Amino acid sequence: MHLDLVGASENQQGEKLLSTGIEVKNLTKKFHKEILYQNFSLSMPGGQFTSIFGPNGCGKSTLLSMISGLIPFDSGEVYFGGKPLSETKIGYVFQNYRDALFPWLRASDNITYPLSRAGLSKVQRKLKLEELVHRFGVKFDLKRYPYELSGGQQQLVSIMRALATGPEVLFLDEPFSALDYEATLSIIEKLQEVFISSGVTMVMISHNLEEAIYLSNNIVLLTKRPTHVAEIISFDISHPRTVKTLSDPRFIDTKSYSLDIFRREVNK
Amino acid sequence: MILKISSKMNNEALASFLIANVGTLIVIIAWWIVASLELINPVLLPTPIETFKSLFVSLFRGDLIKDFWLTLYRSLYAFAIAVVVGVPIGILLGSNQKVYRSFEFLIDFFRSTPATAMFPLFLVIFGIGDFSKIAVAAFAGALVVFFNVAYGVMNTKKTRVMAAKAMGIPSWKIFVDVTFLETLPQTFIGLRTSISLTLVVIIVAEMFIGSTHGMGQRIIDSQQVFDMPQMYASIIATGVMGYALNQIFLIIEDKFVHWKGR
Repeated sequence: MHLDLVGASENQQGEKLLSTGIEVKNLTKKFHKEILYQNFSLSMPGGQFTSIFGPNGCGKSTLLSMISGLIPFDSGEVYFGGKPLSETKIGYVFQNYRDALFPWLRASDNITYPLSRAGLSKVQRKLKLEELVHRFGVKFDLKRYPYELSGGQQQLVSIMRALATGPEVLFLDEPFSALDYEATLSIIEKLQEVFISSGVTMVMISHNLEEAIYLSNNIVLLTKRPTHVAEIISFDISHPRTVKTLSDPRFIDTKSYSLDIFRREVNK
Repeated sequence: MILKISSKMNNEALASFLIANVGTLIVIIAWWIVASLELINPVLLPTPIETFKSLFVSLFRGDLIKDFWLTLYRSLYAFAIAVVVGVPIGILLGSNQKVYRSFEFLIDFFRSTPATAMFPLFLVIFGIGDFSKIAVAAFAGALVVFFNVAYGVMNTKKTRVMAAKAMGIPSWKIFVDVTFLETLPQTFIGLRTSISLTLVVIIVAEMFIGSTHGMGQRIIDSQQVFDMPQMYASIIATGVMGYALNQIFLIIEDKFVHWKGR
């Protein structure tokens, strides 16, 4: 029941019902005549956690914004499980939660805002909110305004808002980089729980390799501009991952291998 | 015990009241001393007692109240026009960078031109009646409202608009639900500045464009006949009006734009 309301992509036996993969084909984006992306192609499997990692200024955020339709691109195609964006429900979590939440709405109304705009009744919205509160184990008062909450709580509200409509894909643009260490750890775990229970396809930009590998099935390493994929590394230790994962030889190998490629790309 | 606490709270309230008003008291006492010792010609500076006596007498006679309301009415009338004209134009120009840039010179020019310089022009257009004063004040006020609204719209946090866009919300709804609310803090700054400015212009207009009644007229009339206590009393009454208007706006602002600056 819970699973049905949020995510809607895995039943209780754990079978994938639908999981939306993402296909980026021949994406080209120029910015003031400089080529940012040219014929960039990438496919991200559905129901998996993919992290995007790359040198500063290679346009990670731009890539995520283009895929999710927030900014236009010059040419190319993006498909979600074979459908265009217009037929796909997405969720998006921004790095700067302070600028992304609506300060005039209480935390609870922030979360249900996309639902009210989707035409859901008050009762339906309340049910979904309770559902999300239960799923995220929220202990703080959602009747407060965002500016009355801590950074970690605000980012949690952002994630809940992004998941409220039950999106097929959740985009996360450096969701932890404005948070302190404690809040980062707690949100990483919440995110992992939601990922496991809902099976929503997640795509995250990260500037922290350790966090990225810890959560991901796939790590996409990008090059400097003009940006293309340097390598896609898969990391297939099953979720949930724990503190032990961090000392697992496979984790350490993946990390040092990724770091080697990253260094090679940065110094090119 | 309870008595002790309440008396302590009373003391604290008294202390904070004293701190907030001690400066005012010092100035009034200094004024009183200077006037009583006749350090300044008593024709120019009456004592505070004479001044407040004059204030109360004219209050009870009712003529000050009449002038007070008339000035307030003219200022609010001008302000209302300023809002009705300024807000839509601000939104229109603020949401369209190209249009804004093409008008930018004119906007800056008129913002730098003292509104009072336009008196003769408005007199020609609207005649010497009441409305020409209101029109000049409205013109000055509208510029401030318009400028602040446009500025607010232009500086909308892109992330919030993008967040709404990612939810699949249509552009016009994003404008109503996000952009409009986003501009409110800046809009309120414009409204508050505008009401102060319309009052200033109305007072000046009442003084120098022949007028029947109004605080500006009252101040200049008492100056003409050297009724100094009445002149000071009228200045104080006008100050009360300006202060009260500003405070009312601050209260409304805190209630409606609770997220301001946070």
